[in-house]
Amino acid sequence: MNKRKYNPVLLISYILIIIASLVMILPLMWMVSTSLKTNQYTLRMPPKFIPEHPTLISYKTLFSLFPMIRMLVNSIVVSVFVTGGQILTSLMAGYALARIQFKGRNSLFILFLATMMVPYQVTLIPLFISMRYLGWLNSYLGLIVPILHTAFGTFLMRQALITIPREIEESAFIDGANHLHVFSRIVVPLAKPAIATLMVLAFMASWNSFLWPLIVAKSDSMMTLPVGLAALHGRYETKWNMVMAGGVISLIPIIVVFLFGQRYFIQGISRSGIKN
Amino acid sequence: MVGESNIKKALWVSFFIFPSFAGLIIFTIIPILSSFSLTFFQWDLITPLEFVGFANFSRLFSDSLFRDALGHTLSFIGGYIPLVMISGLLTAVLMNSRIRAKGFFRTAFFIPVISSWIAVALLWTWMFNPKFGLVNYLLSLLKINGPAWLYDPSWAMTAIIITSVWKDTGFVMMLFLAGLQDIPLNLMEASSIDGAAKIRQFFSLTLPLLSPTTFFVLVISLINSFQVFDQVWAMTEGGPAGSTSVLVEQIYKNAFRYNNMGYASTISLILFLFILLITLFQILGQKKWVYYE
Repeated sequence: MNKRKYNPVLLISYILIIIASLVMILPLMWMVSTSLKTNQYTLRMPPKFIPEHPTLISYKTLFSLFPMIRMLVNSIVVSVFVTGGQILTSLMAGYALARIQFKGRNSLFILFLATMMVPYQVTLIPLFISMRYLGWLNSYLGLIVPILHTAFGTFLMRQALITIPREIEESAFIDGANHLHVFSRIVVPLAKPAIATLMVLAFMASWNSFLWPLIVAKSDSMMTLPVGLAALHGRYETKWNMVMAGGVISLIPIIVVFLFGQRYFIQGISRSGIKN
Repeated sequence: MVGESNIKKALWVSFFIFPSFAGLIIFTIIPILSSFSLTFFQWDLITPLEFVGFANFSRLFSDSLFRDALGHTLSFIGGYIPLVMISGLLTAVLMNSRIRAKGFFRTAFFIPVISSWIAVALLWTWMFNPKFGLVNYLLSLLKINGPAWLYDPSWAMTAIIITSVWKDTGFVMMLFLAGLQDIPLNLMEASSIDGAAKIRQFFSLTLPLLSPTTFFVLVISLINSFQVFDQVWAMTEGGPAGSTSVLVEQIYKNAFRYNNMGYASTISLILFLFILLITLFQILGQKKWVYYE
């Protein structure tokens, strides 16, 4: 036990942090609570935090009136391909930039870094025009292909791979291995923590991404969840139980991923300062 | 590596760099350059491109919608940044004290951070509902007649700022917490005392030592908040009466509602210049303003 039996500073800390976390949690609980009410009960004053007659009717109506399953599938397909693609392209480029000596390597690395300064909204209009020209609007290709590379991910991988000691691969090269062997058998396994970090950051960014899918997805059948949710709100503005049910459904996957990879989320976000 | 021919090496380099580099060129660098060129043109995607010189730039000065959007972006920044930095720092200090169940609290603060902006924005649109929302209900318990929030031009931006501070507090908290944990413990122990002295220690010791983190958080938040869009779009679409229109919302509307590709690109160039300015401020300020040990 602590020497001091009663510590007022610690007590105040507890009170403050509990109040602060309630401010964080209560709105989320309110979201769940609203989604379990009938529409009639959501418009009743004073509001009941715990629904008097909890029901899943809003979820049922949501799934029957709105292509929720299709949007869930779209979000999963896009996030999985974007995450996988970004990891592969970043790892490969990171390998070249960190492990192979070649002329112009630093200039190339600086080029990657320089593009990170430009806000992605600048690329939006030309990208839209080229997607339109290619006929990739309203398709998975348009939602996925322009996002398969990432300067930030390349940077992250290059920084991670450059710390691996050279001796490990030297002996492999002497034994006759080529770069592909060294890459897949030696370097990638040693970069697992960095890969995990990029994986959670890329998945989160892609799962929550709004502006690009808003521009690309024209029909309900190609919308990802965030775009679909915004459309749902536009169409059923006063059906708050349905809108909140949609919100709950969109949050469950990312919260599950977060709970499993919490360490990597926190490391990645607090080191890079990148959230979305 | 040992005895590798130059051609072979060039082939390997190209093989590994190609996927990322091709993506960078095709989907980032060419679009950036095209966007800059588009600022000299007028294009509605139907009739052919028309060269207009600096007309898009002079239009910026006469366009009251652009001016308003810039003003609202700045007032968002003016409200959001001080609030989120204070709440993030306070919670970080609490999380850095000797409390238990830190994992639980951290998760509570982090769920809003990982949630999609659209889900959060719709939740708070509901919370801010003037008649049936939780916010005005809680205010009514304090005998306060809450405003119409998102329906009231003078309150809508405040509601968006509150929502943004709620969502990002955990993010800023994590950045400050990482900074606090970098402060050497022996410095803290040497002046470890109780009560009021602890508060003095915070201002005279912790805060100066934390200044590199504070500066980093400020720069990151500035860059992020110039790009504010998702919450605005989901909560108000820039309304009511244009009172929450912001820069990116103007880019979006000009490009995809009014088909003014050239003018929208010009606004995006202005956004880029602001962010470039902040980046330069970061590079210069790091040397001058930040107290290192």
